[in-house]
Amino acid sequence: MAKREYSFYPGCSSQKKASAYNQWVSTVSICKELDIQLNEISDWNCCSASIGYAGGGELPRLVLSARNLALSEKEHPGQDLVATCAACWLATREANERLNHDAEMKTDANEALKEAGLEFKGEKKVRHLVEVLIEDVGYEEIKQHVKKPLADIKIAGYVGCQTNRPFGIAGESFENPVYLDKLVEVLGGTPVENYDKKVSCCGGALMFSEPEKSQALVKDILEAAYDGGADMIVTPCPVCQMNTEVYQEHINKKYGTKFNIPSVYYSTLMSVAFGQSAKEAALDGQIISAKKLEAIASK
Amino acid sequence: MSQAVEKYRNTFLREVEANVEEGQWVKMCMQCGVCSGSCPLGPHWEHPPQEIFMMIRANKREEVLTSSSMWFCTSCYNCIARCPRELPITHIMHGLAHYAQRQGLAPKELPTAKFAKRFWDNLLKKGRVNELQLGLQLYFMNGLAEGIKTSLKMQKVGLGMLKTKRMDPMEALGGHGCKDIKGLKAALNKAKQIEETKAAKALERLQSKS
Amino acid sequence: MADKKFAAYLCKGCGLGERLNINQLAAVATKEGKIPLIKQHDLLCSSEGVALIQGDIDSEQITHLMIAACSKRAKTEAFNFENVAMSRANLREGVIWVRPDTEAAKENTQEMAEDYIRMSCAELKYMNIPAPSQEQGRIPHILVVGGGITGMTSALEAAKAGYHVTLVEKTAALGGMAAQLHRRVAYQSPFKDPQPTGIADLAKQVQSHQKIKVHLNSTVADTSGAPGRFAITIAHESGGTSTENVGAIIQASGFKPYDAQKLTEFSFGKSPDIIDQLGLEALARQANGGPIKRPSDGKEVQKVTFIQCAGQRSQTEGHLPYCSGHCCLTSVKQAMYFKDANPEVDTLILYTDLRMPGFGGENFYRSGQDKGILFTKGQASSVLPNGGDLTVKFKDLILNEEVEDTADLVVLATGMLPNSGIDIEAIPLKVEEKKAGDSASEEPVAASPPETLVPVESVLNLSYRQGKDMPQLIHGFTDSHFICFPYETRRTGIYAAGPVRRPMDISQAMEDATGATMKAIQALENAALGRAAHPRSGDLSFPRFRKEGCTQCKRCTVECPFGAINEDEKTYPVFNEGRCRRCGTCMGACPVRVISFENYSIDTVGQAIKAVNVPDESSEKPRILLLACENDTYPALDMVGMNRIEYSAYVRIIPVRCLGSVNTIWITDALNSGYDGVILMGCQKGDNYQCHFVKGSELAHIRTSKIDDTLKQLNLERERVQTYEIAITDLARIPQIINEMETTIQRIGLSPFKF
Repeated sequence: MAKREYSFYPGCSSQKKASAYNQWVSTVSICKELDIQLNEISDWNCCSASIGYAGGGELPRLVLSARNLALSEKEHPGQDLVATCAACWLATREANERLNHDAEMKTDANEALKEAGLEFKGEKKVRHLVEVLIEDVGYEEIKQHVKKPLADIKIAGYVGCQTNRPFGIAGESFENPVYLDKLVEVLGGTPVENYDKKVSCCGGALMFSEPEKSQALVKDILEAAYDGGADMIVTPCPVCQMNTEVYQEHINKKYGTKFNIPSVYYSTLMSVAFGQSAKEAALDGQIISAKKLEAIASK
Repeated sequence: MSQAVEKYRNTFLREVEANVEEGQWVKMCMQCGVCSGSCPLGPHWEHPPQEIFMMIRANKREEVLTSSSMWFCTSCYNCIARCPRELPITHIMHGLAHYAQRQGLAPKELPTAKFAKRFWDNLLKKGRVNELQLGLQLYFMNGLAEGIKTSLKMQKVGLGMLKTKRMDPMEALGGHGCKDIKGLKAALNKAKQIEETKAAKALERLQSKS
Repeated sequence: MADKKFAAYLCKGCGLGERLNINQLAAVATKEGKIPLIKQHDLLCSSEGVALIQGDIDSEQITHLMIAACSKRAKTEAFNFENVAMSRANLREGVIWVRPDTEAAKENTQEMAEDYIRMSCAELKYMNIPAPSQEQGRIPHILVVGGGITGMTSALEAAKAGYHVTLVEKTAALGGMAAQLHRRVAYQSPFKDPQPTGIADLAKQVQSHQKIKVHLNSTVADTSGAPGRFAITIAHESGGTSTENVGAIIQASGFKPYDAQKLTEFSFGKSPDIIDQLGLEALARQANGGPIKRPSDGKEVQKVTFIQCAGQRSQTEGHLPYCSGHCCLTSVKQAMYFKDANPEVDTLILYTDLRMPGFGGENFYRSGQDKGILFTKGQASSVLPNGGDLTVKFKDLILNEEVEDTADLVVLATGMLPNSGIDIEAIPLKVEEKKAGDSASEEPVAASPPETLVPVESVLNLSYRQGKDMPQLIHGFTDSHFICFPYETRRTGIYAAGPVRRPMDISQAMEDATGATMKAIQALENAALGRAAHPRSGDLSFPRFRKEGCTQCKRCTVECPFGAINEDEKTYPVFNEGRCRRCGTCMGACPVRVISFENYSIDTVGQAIKAVNVPDESSEKPRILLLACENDTYPALDMVGMNRIEYSAYVRIIPVRCLGSVNTIWITDALNSGYDGVILMGCQKGDNYQCHFVKGSELAHIRTSKIDDTLKQLNLERERVQTYEIAITDLARIPQIINEMETTIQRIGLSPFKF
């Protein structure tokens, strides 16, 4: 039996061959190393992220997450619900808290869920995998698993928005959360100090609808990482990762910049430091390849 | 100037309270402006949140609901984190956008409004978002010619995603989905129905008072 | 003098024994200080050390003792001996803690310590043991002037504490402004709704209390005497007078509302529907919880607009420049009158900055928002009657647009003006103007100010030499230190409370009343024992003056910040010990040096200055005198020591009661004795003063600005004397100033007066 077991909500982008598939792959590998068992909710649905509001009203959007919670309660009683995607975690945690806080809303949600033969009880904690790693596993234990320290790599910890606000990781500040920096340190790397775009917005889903405005935001985030002397950016969020990685060429074209900086998930960093293969760490999922990590992985 | 709408009266505020997600918080804004200063796309807002709150209180119904402002919310939650009064500003903005859409007053040609609507429709189909279909729809939402142009511009991104196995061309034909899509749809329909009934009742109460 | 018996005690604790040659210090005290009994101890402040000293006092009849250990501000509980004069040589904070512990520094550090021994011995020689003046009286009776909420609260608090109270109220009823209110701003948790004022009940309690005597329709016709023994004449409307002896006085004369007629832009007076906040209170009392109707036609108000800061916080001529503090909360409360009666009424509050002071103020604001009061950041420009309605023009500062809105009723939030009585400091100026051209007169103050220049009625009618009422600070409010000592005025034993002191609301006024009552009781009891009031609370020393030497120049009577000194018919000063705060400003002012305290005099400081060993020029060791105000500068210097911030070893520091007590003879003596520089450090002066004696620091600055003549006469550079305003937080700055003086001396050379 696994040391730590959780009910798991992967979310749309972590599905096979979806945009954050690399996060999924590296997550699986670090969980294996750390003896964490993630039990996927069998028939989860989309959380509607934070962009579904045009079509869906308040209650329908809450019902989406309530359904996932209800399924988790039924299938994995006693296990915290864990998500890796910032938006999934935020939407689910928010629904959980709001429904538990507002009895009328909870009754309404359950009236709707009855149509699907489900009931939301509100007896679970909704957590981000980062919380599991920091609070349940701990930096000390993570350090013990480091076989190939990320020596001589300078990394900008880009926390972004939704893993940071409005809930954030316990004990961290909204304006300057330091858990990624601590993690980088534990893995043997060097965090960029005073990375001043650490919690700035990358445009999120508006990268699709307002690409120019969002890319201007990403440009600042990349620039600050370069200013800090970063070799790469690390982030916990699928949207952040995608936005900071895949549009660099567009930004270069528009602003005459020469950005070419890898942006990786913390799970990829961990996987490499744990001595796992490039494939396990999903380094093949990088559009801008993380050469320094590849070099360590192939050692 | 029309005398029909009286300014600086609570009429529209009450409508917002009855219909908009977290709308009951609007009156609690103390006009410090921290939200406006904290918004990443703030400079692109026709009226930043502080102004939107004031406009609601100044009874500017049309101007608020037809504004493009709320549609520039990136959901970064900076405003919520910093609001000294702890107003759920992000939610109010989403709520206003939704209400504007429901009232048919949201600006028709706003990319985010279209995208947000398509996102919802996309997820409704199978219970999970199909990134490829959503993306393609998005490129073509402004017509075929625009779409081809955008597709070409995005071609490299697409290829990159494809190569790194972060995109599946097969998704275009179907792809992932919920098994109990029927149950999910029924639940969502029910939720919508509950919400609309409640809003109608609230409006009725409001009109009977004035 | 014959019965003075001296002893000195040298402490070796806290590293003093390791850093300094204590035997050598003892030798200095014996040979130069001429102290017959000298003892050393490893830890003088220990119970054993204290017992040693007390034993000598008891068995050897020691009357004067010098303790060479830490700062005089440290270990005051251990070194607390009765009926002895004591000087303290500060070797710890003043020497070893501010000097590097190096071999190279040793010589200068030891010299510093030896000088402090010399200075303390010299000071001690000239000290006497202070005793009460015998002038005091104890009358456990307090006069309260004003029967509003402040005065009534004061009266009740004093009575509850067991004191008799005489309350004088000008009008025919108790209650004051608060009696005109319908409700008061919420003052209790959850701070959500307006609450009853409780005024009627309070008045009933006051009137029925056995220890309180209420005089309605009465005023104070004369106040003379001093704390502990004030004599009051009360004039009654009937024409008669009565007299009363009291120990202390509380002035709670309140405020009058700003005259809204001056606000022509808001058409006050043009329509009965444009009112001020008191006007709305009247309407609300009429409505008594029902719908409020507008005065013009009795129509139920559907929309009311409040204009904040009407004629306030404005530099416009005729407006009040300050904030009255309560009006934002009051408007919220008044808007609640409408909302609580009928939530459908629209209530708009136009403000530029909202201020919700006090405990629960923000909660009350939130409650107002929750009830649907509309708050708009907007600058009102005009109100005009328009048919039956009112047109309000304002600029919405958030939406940045000009708005024309209608309302049934407009309420102007106007400010409050203090009832402080006569501005006594405005008089000399006008007298001077009158006397312009009269070159023979050098007299800046008229002996009896012409009343015609002052249309305001006096509140206290003080028979003090300085004028009939208490000095004011700014905007006509009674001078009291806002933060550090709020109720203290510049007339000892008389305390200001409520809006006469600064603008405030009911809750603040009641708190103020309680505070002032406590101070009044304290002053009365201190006066009974012949002890000083704040800030030298408990001090028994008081100024003595040698009449034979006095030239009747009147400087002491003019400069005393507290009006403690009257004049007799020959214009000799008449000291009133009870009114004296013991700051020594009179001593500093006296050109012929006839004023002194038993334990603080021209000699105690002057001889300490002269006792310093000034090395001859060839040694190249300058000497700097620092006269440090003991209220803020000296504590700051102690903290410099605690933080081990080093400064020049050439400085010699003498604490003074107030910079105002510094007599320029000390500076002249120092320069004549070969000191190379003199620094004076006192508290901040001016409108935002931090001077504990209000005017002392300011007067010292004026006096030292005139020292240039002396310097010129001595052919000395003006840089040698510097005066600074120091805050208690200036830990970094003080050593910097001292070191800069050393640099300056290096630059301009040593003093030629080294003999």
